[in-house]
Amino acid sequence: MKRFAVKHLLFLLLTLFAVSFLVFTLNEFSPGAVARKILGAYATQEQVDLLTKQMGLDRPVLVRYVDYLGALASGDLGYSTRFKAPVKDVLFKHLANTALLAAIAFACIVPLSTVLGVVAGMREASRLDRAVLMCSTVIASIPEFALGVFLASVFVVWLGWLPGTATLLAGGGWSVAAQLVLPVAVIVLFDSGYVVSMVRASMVEVMQRPYIRTAILKGLPFRSVILRHALRNAMLTPVTVIMLQINYLVAGVVVVETVFAYPGFGRMILEAALFKDIALIEAGALVAVFLAVVTNILGDLAYMLLDPRIRA
Amino acid sequence: MTDGPLLDVRDLRIAYTTRAGEAVVVPGASFQLRAGEALGLVGESGCGKSTVALSIVRYLGRAGRIVGGSIRFEGRELTTLDEAGLRAIRGRRIAMVYQDPMASLNPVMTVGRQLMEAPMTHDGASATAARARALAMLAEVKLADPEAVMERYPHQLSGGQQQRIVIAMALITGPALLIMDEPTTGLDVTVEAAVLDLVRELRSRHHGAILFISHNLGSVVRVCDRVAVMYRGELVEEGPVRRIFTDPRHPYTRGLLDCLPTLGSDKHGAPLVPIPGQVESAALARAPGCGFAGRCAHVEPARCTSRPIPSALVRGEPEHRVACARADELPPWSRRTGRGVAHAAGGPEAPMVAVHHLTKIYEPRRRLLRGPRAPVRAVSDVDLTAARGRTLAIVGESGCGKSTIAKVLSGLVVATAGAVLLDGVEVGALAIDARSPALKRTLQMVFQNPDSTLNPSHTVGYAIGRALRRLQGQAPDDLAGGVARLLEVVKLSPAMAARMPRHLSGGEKQRAAIARALAGNPAIIVADEPVSALDVSVQAAIVNLLTEIQAARGATLVFISHDLAVVRYLADTVAVMYLGTVAEVGPVERVFAPPYHPYTEALLSAVPVPDPDRAVARIVLEGRVPGAGEIPRGCPFATRCPRRVGPVCDETPPPVQRFGDHHIACHIPGDELCRLQTALGEPRATGR
Amino acid sequence: MSTPIAAGTLSASPPAAARARLLRRWRRRVALLGESTPATVGVVIILTWTVLAVLAPLIAPYPPNANDMAALAHTTPSRAHWLGTDHLGRDILSRILWGARPVLVIAPLAVLGAAALGALLGLAAGYYGRWIDLAVTRVCDIVLSFPVIILYMIILAHFGSSAWNIIGVLTLTKAPIIARIVRGMTLDLREREYVAAAKMRGESALYIMLVEILPNARGPLVVDMCLRTGYNVIIIGALGFLGIGLPPPDPDWGGMVKDTYGMMVVWPHMALFPCAAISSLVVGFNLLAVGLRELGLRD
Repeated sequence: MKRFAVKHLLFLLLTLFAVSFLVFTLNEFSPGAVARKILGAYATQEQVDLLTKQMGLDRPVLVRYVDYLGALASGDLGYSTRFKAPVKDVLFKHLANTALLAAIAFACIVPLSTVLGVVAGMREASRLDRAVLMCSTVIASIPEFALGVFLASVFVVWLGWLPGTATLLAGGGWSVAAQLVLPVAVIVLFDSGYVVSMVRASMVEVMQRPYIRTAILKGLPFRSVILRHALRNAMLTPVTVIMLQINYLVAGVVVVETVFAYPGFGRMILEAALFKDIALIEAGALVAVFLAVVTNILGDLAYMLLDPRIRA
Repeated sequence: MTDGPLLDVRDLRIAYTTRAGEAVVVPGASFQLRAGEALGLVGESGCGKSTVALSIVRYLGRAGRIVGGSIRFEGRELTTLDEAGLRAIRGRRIAMVYQDPMASLNPVMTVGRQLMEAPMTHDGASATAARARALAMLAEVKLADPEAVMERYPHQLSGGQQQRIVIAMALITGPALLIMDEPTTGLDVTVEAAVLDLVRELRSRHHGAILFISHNLGSVVRVCDRVAVMYRGELVEEGPVRRIFTDPRHPYTRGLLDCLPTLGSDKHGAPLVPIPGQVESAALARAPGCGFAGRCAHVEPARCTSRPIPSALVRGEPEHRVACARADELPPWSRRTGRGVAHAAGGPEAPMVAVHHLTKIYEPRRRLLRGPRAPVRAVSDVDLTAARGRTLAIVGESGCGKSTIAKVLSGLVVATAGAVLLDGVEVGALAIDARSPALKRTLQMVFQNPDSTLNPSHTVGYAIGRALRRLQGQAPDDLAGGVARLLEVVKLSPAMAARMPRHLSGGEKQRAAIARALAGNPAIIVADEPVSALDVSVQAAIVNLLTEIQAARGATLVFISHDLAVVRYLADTVAVMYLGTVAEVGPVERVFAPPYHPYTEALLSAVPVPDPDRAVARIVLEGRVPGAGEIPRGCPFATRCPRRVGPVCDETPPPVQRFGDHHIACHIPGDELCRLQTALGEPRATGR
Repeated sequence: MSTPIAAGTLSASPPAAARARLLRRWRRRVALLGESTPATVGVVIILTWTVLAVLAPLIAPYPPNANDMAALAHTTPSRAHWLGTDHLGRDILSRILWGARPVLVIAPLAVLGAAALGALLGLAAGYYGRWIDLAVTRVCDIVLSFPVIILYMIILAHFGSSAWNIIGVLTLTKAPIIARIVRGMTLDLREREYVAAAKMRGESALYIMLVEILPNARGPLVVDMCLRTGYNVIIIGALGFLGIGLPPPDPDWGGMVKDTYGMMVVWPHMALFPCAAISSLVVGFNLLAVGLRELGLRD
């Protein structure tokens, strides 16, 4: 167990360094751009160069990187030029919003997909299975923004039951809960399509295994066969996939956030990228990578816990 | 209880829905099983024996259906039973034991919980009661330390232990009928013998009926009272074990027995007679008449292929039925035995293959999650030679190192220590890519699994042609001719060159693989279990082919196998290996006669031979096989040897006793062994 | 099965015979596809869109960027504009037809690139093992768990978005998935006996990887490539929607939605039709993948 922890921690740190360095160098390709952005398009080149020098942006990359690391260590994540506020505040505010959305979505996706996938896979080629397969395939084929458009056209334009945006600002007359319904629905639908097909595929494979035949021929009722023999085996691979969905839920839902104008993490990075707000990009990338590696570790852990063959 | 038979199968007809239509796999099978009786159902792969067994418990999968006939069990009709009724019978009145025990056990559930399920479901037992019964059952199947085993997971147990657990799971509810579907296939010979003995013992205690399905005729002899032979879904012959194997009436049964090597004959005396042709795949439309007609030597088209052949009683034998139109006219059959005279051993020339003090140690990859593993000594200090033009057989069970030796000879792995000489050239340290083209030509290999020996994406012609090109540097225009010539040698038609492997039968694939190996005209052929995965009737043909090729080309054959009967038949010299060391080596007649190394003795007594007259002094090996990482200091066989003399066996490696070219590595002196041991493998004439 | 034939009839296959064999093989494959409903439906959808895209210059009723100011008074579907016009008076049907072209070029190209790169990496990792394997898997793990959109945004926002940039980014981010699949299969296939046989006749590692192993990894690879293509279409749409897709004013389905979804309350059709277009194309690829997987299992 200790070796597991040490090995993965090392990997986490290594990855964080590598990616942050990569992002750093990427952004620093054109050091003059930052100064240009601050001063505006009409500033002369000399002024830009002067500001660049003043901000220390003309020093070699490695030196700046080390400085950056030092700043990170002391908790200073820089200043966001887009939001005109310390990166730390901007980051955590947007992250919290996204976390809310992600948590609700995750809480819906996991049970929904598991149940549907198991029920579909346990009797392959049954009518229920074909229905689930076709539905999940079709729904997973609709891009998130299209899903958002479709749902909005029904619930906002036609029925008027829900608001079209989820800016979380109180003034609109809609409660926070009402605002969240559509974004969560879009995310849950889109992601479930994928997770259901993974769970189903795993379940179908497990049902072909000889030990299921053993269980059935022992005279066990079908429910026991599914719940006690098939389920745990079938969830071995999907568990890692489910963990990785957390990544998507936090950083990958930028499209949904854009559709509903939700002030989330992904949108923050998009705006930062478009605006070339370097400090924010770097901080955001770090958080995303951190999350990616941590969910990977969680997935491995979950697999280890479920499968005794790996443990001993 | 009714007086009738426990299981009464009549005109059972089973069909499978395939992409092309419905194929009748079993056109009409009828047999009966009385309470407490053991019936063996034998046949080769695809003959439908497993299908019949699974149809009894109505588990045919989505594509299979019972389309006719009846199955009556304990008076009830099973073909029309509803789900609830089936569930009440499965696991309680009819239980099943399967072929691959590891795959048949749930890998994420402890053995104990899996055992306890059946009593809790069917008998309503409480958890404590079920646990007690499980423990009792584990003791009955002779598993040491039942308490600990209950908490284990299947992957922590050996194959033999797993199968015992599957048997325990089946017997725990005291079923009236136990169906065993190839229960010992895939187990080592000594483990198989132990499991078969266990089944016999349990029979005497549990009085249940057994339906024993196997392609191994010898194991049926061990366990069953009666045997039924199946071919292409039909029962061609049925009767008491003794009668079937001493006086078979159906040409197929005779053919099967003729092509099986017994321990008493060799290639010089009594050649194996393969059954011509091969099993036709389940066709959509079966020709009327006998299914075996296409391969039968006694066929008469008018009587055999015009109408269905009923199963009739053999005259004078009320228990013996045969489905053959000409059963009464066939000449009497007798088992072929004979020992010829081996050719005089070659002169004192240098052996073609020589291995001195060969050692191979595998350093396992360090797994980062757990601690480092012990290195695996696959082969330790082995000396072997094979004379030019002769056959050296290496025999042993899994883990004995025989495959490793094959890999070292062929260069797929590199020796850790010791010398390997091929035709005088030292190659031990040379991996295959470091060997010269001439050396590559000298030694070629034939592999075990016909399904993976040919690349499924290449035609046969491409595979052989490529070998020709690489090994002989054959110009591309003459490639087709070279391929055709090689196909001829292995008795395949030249049209095969355009075929893809998936359209070939197992035997044909293996022949193509042999043709590929011959492309470079090798002086040494290493065959690693080349016939183990083939049907019995095809094995004989391939074995004959190999001996023919060897004789024609003067090649040296290194034949690796776990099948002692084939080895007895085919080899000139035999080496018996155990846990990476050579226990015994010598000319085949000397090794298969006393004095034996105790391990050879146990092996010989364990081999299931389809000869009910062979009285065998049974030696069952107890004790654990040490893992390859923990080979004991002294004699590797010490932990299980029934003739262990004392601490010397554990401490000191045994000396190699030499009697001419017959070597035995044992502490017990040779004459002592001679005194203690009786000859095994000879058919004893029993007066009746 | 083994009827004896005179040896003389076998000749070095002339090109005509080889071509005939190839034709037969493809005809068999097409017939096979027909057996699976999802596969057939998927292929039909994809072919329809391909045909429409290829013929777009000929069949689109209006030039895609032409503003029909007169139609602004009445933008909903009418006889003049079957799908209506957008907020700038441009015919939606024509824009959708023209918009299919870049998508159907970029998505498959990116998949092919990813497949080539991923297959090479996966083969090398699976065949050589040890540190190559470790390095490749670790890099793949990182790239895979990184949410792709973020990567796109950073890279594209920095280097600008052109068709080739998009193809490049899609290739780099999809290659690890394929590499993982190919690696898994290579690990399994390299233990096969025909690989040992190839080694014993002195074949080079490259030959073994490309000729002996790769063709047998076909099945899951093809299925995954279909899925990737569908997913690429989604991504291209999403990039367009976020404003970092292909530069305007060329019609780009995602971009069309971006410009018009704000007006959904008044004119829902402007956003709905491009959404339907994208969804249908992706459904086609996903159904084909489902069908192929089923066929593969049945074999």
